[in-house]
Amino acid sequence: MLTLEIDGQRVTVEDGATVMDAAHRLGIYIPHFCYHKKLSIAASCRMCLVEVEKAPKPVPACATPATNGMRVWTHSPKAVAAQKGVMEFLLINHPLDCPICDQGGECQLQDLAVGYGQSAHCFSEPKRVVADKDLGPLIATFMTRCIHCTRCVRFLMEVGGYQELGQAFRGEHSEIMPFLEQTVRSEISGNIIDLCPVGALTSKPFLYRARTWELTRRRSVSPHDAWGSNVIVQSRFDQVLRVLPFEEESINECWLSDRDRFAYLGLDSTERLTQPLVKRGSEWVAVEWETALQVAVNRLNDVRAQEEGGRVAVLAHPMATVEELFLARTLAETLEGECDARLRQSSGRADSAREGAAWLNSTISEIAAFDGQWFLGSDLRRHLPLMAVRVRTAARRGAYLVAWSWVADEWRVPGLEWSLWTPATMGAALAKVALVVARRAGDDGALPRWVAEWAADAALSEEGTVALVQRLERCQRRRIWLGEGLLAHPQAAELEFLAGVVATRIGATVGWLVEGANAVGAAAVGANGAQSASELVAEPRAAYVLLHAEPEDFLVPQQAVEAFSRARTVVALSAFASASLRETADVLLPVTPFTETSGSFVNIEGRVQPFTAVVRPRGESRPGWRVLAALTTLLGREARFASTEAVRGAALREGWRERLATKPIARPPVGVPALERVEPAAVFRWYQTDPIVRRSTALAACTEEE
Amino acid sequence: MLSQEALARIDREIAKYPPGKKQSAVMAALRIAQEEHGWLSQEIISFVAEYLEMPPVAVYEVATFYNMFDLKPVGRYKITVCTNLPCALSGGEHAADHLKERLGIGFGETTSDGLFTLKEGECMGACGDAPVILVNNRRMFCRMTRERLDSLLESLRAESEEKGRR
Repeated sequence: MLTLEIDGQRVTVEDGATVMDAAHRLGIYIPHFCYHKKLSIAASCRMCLVEVEKAPKPVPACATPATNGMRVWTHSPKAVAAQKGVMEFLLINHPLDCPICDQGGECQLQDLAVGYGQSAHCFSEPKRVVADKDLGPLIATFMTRCIHCTRCVRFLMEVGGYQELGQAFRGEHSEIMPFLEQTVRSEISGNIIDLCPVGALTSKPFLYRARTWELTRRRSVSPHDAWGSNVIVQSRFDQVLRVLPFEEESINECWLSDRDRFAYLGLDSTERLTQPLVKRGSEWVAVEWETALQVAVNRLNDVRAQEEGGRVAVLAHPMATVEELFLARTLAETLEGECDARLRQSSGRADSAREGAAWLNSTISEIAAFDGQWFLGSDLRRHLPLMAVRVRTAARRGAYLVAWSWVADEWRVPGLEWSLWTPATMGAALAKVALVVARRAGDDGALPRWVAEWAADAALSEEGTVALVQRLERCQRRRIWLGEGLLAHPQAAELEFLAGVVATRIGATVGWLVEGANAVGAAAVGANGAQSASELVAEPRAAYVLLHAEPEDFLVPQQAVEAFSRARTVVALSAFASASLRETADVLLPVTPFTETSGSFVNIEGRVQPFTAVVRPRGESRPGWRVLAALTTLLGREARFASTEAVRGAALREGWRERLATKPIARPPVGVPALERVEPAAVFRWYQTDPIVRRSTALAACTEEE
Repeated sequence: MLSQEALARIDREIAKYPPGKKQSAVMAALRIAQEEHGWLSQEIISFVAEYLEMPPVAVYEVATFYNMFDLKPVGRYKITVCTNLPCALSGGEHAADHLKERLGIGFGETTSDGLFTLKEGECMGACGDAPVILVNNRRMFCRMTRERLDSLLESLRAESEEKGRR
């Protein structure tokens, strides 16, 4: 520990801490641009110059290690003179275009220029002009404004995992740019907009839309993946105009994936459903809520009266809130039907065979602490972009990382042993690893016969298998991740069993990379049945109630379209009237997306995160939980709740956490057929994961570029 | 993209650094690539990046930083004139002006016969001998008065013709 004195205050910091760290400990602000707590030290802007006793000249606080007995002055005349000098240099080439700059009002340079800038400077030569760069559909560039702090370069290199931007040329000719004819493809690229301390990198979709001070801000939770990233949703006149990260160190740190950041554009889609619609013949007719609800109830009652029990299925997107899913389950019970929120799982067998629900099986913060990680069937960079960030941290700490994937997309994790498989070859190889591990433990006799049969086909050598296992065993904390692709597999139960065989014998734990913002919440409120939603459309039911789900959200969209077309009635609670829903549904009830309702999500680590509405419901749309409660009540079962808190109290009862799994499927699934030669149908469709994301024009432009 | 000899030379450079630190050889690799190709095209930079397992933009940063690396084709003789302060005080600017006049080109340009490229350079560490010029990054000439510049151009032309005849 080191003790030093800053501005007359004594502070104690760990060895290796910088003067900047020590100042932050004391709550002293030192002006800076290039310094960022999450990035490496560049000391390129020189704004943080401070005076240090016995130092001949001011030193940069961000790059100067604290030493014992050091005396620092951050605002002494000498320090301030140095900082003002730096500011004069920075402003030499910076344009005076704040009135037309998007960063105006939230610009670090603007703010600091108020304190340290002069109204005139010694430099009378012309300012330089830099050509703008093409960084894709998300990021607008005004490179003349750049002050070369290199935060964007360091972010993409260190957090994004691959250096896509660089500082080319030298001195006055320096430019931040991608390599010739390339652009930025990172799935977390939007963060460089936040990082840019000036207006050089700004949000393209938000460009010239509003001023920061005109916006209303509300905290919310992102509904686009299971991570549960905390966000600030900014709006004006009941229109969401921007989504920014809300710093939550234990979940999203200070980052946000591009999907979470730019999906909001989908909220303004022209397909937004703002009035209840009922199909009369082949015409859609706008009706009052009472009429629409009554039509829906009558149709569902008809089906109930005519068909055997269990012929109605309530299928919810896992982005539905805890409250909505609980009431969806209640509705299904009222209809004596089934309920499910696993739209992209081929089968519910794995969940039924396992004790407890699939989840991360650790906290998010712990991910970087696993020094041996083996990923099975995940497209992590696209599925959980911010988990990939945590895995990169593990990589930096020297973790042994292996990924078996069936999507040809590199993860940008340094040192990762990545290999490409098909669902079938991966099954065979996994069986081989299980067999080898069990043989070494001397209990391969206990394995079911099919394991050896599968393993016979494995494209994995005995030595390769042993090397993998031994390397994992040398790690302190081992983790096997069951990816979203594996969970979607028709033989997910068998694959999970095999992973479990390996895990128990090498002392590894297992985590499940589930899909959907509230996938864990759906399991927690009991919204999933024996069969997954995909099975419930593969074996068509007489009637369907859809919640935030469109046929496109299902594993095999065509199967869903066919099932809905054949059904006697389809009632869709949706924020959007997609062409597919207009084609297949009979009643369209406009329910609000997450920005227009309160509710809660349980994220992948089992954290309940409530949120409130950001803007008013659009048109006649109503929160989904109210609509579901009304439908249930009309169908004859009392379901009256005053608020989402009240629903949540009923939905998440004491002890729900005990329903989260700690171990993979231990008992071998019975009646296992030969290894299915499934094609990778469950390819994770980038930026197609939910109705809002699909309608984001900016994200769509990103996938077109691919 | 590069000859076996060039790759072997790059491998020798890589071997000078610890395993897994291939990128340390980037400047040497670019130098070798430039010697073989005359200049560093986008394709060559991408090739070097792949060879050293680096992102292309990281190699591009290096290639653009040092002005001995040429990002555009150059003539047979690249003449770099130092115009930094000590040289400028001793006639570096005049030397540059003289060359411009004789060759009929400005900085960064190449004569139409493809023989000479003129470049403005930074300090070459021989300020006592100013004005200093460098030919093809390798051959340095000191105290370049007009007469000495003229004779240098003559000798380079002669050298080129001789090579052409051979």
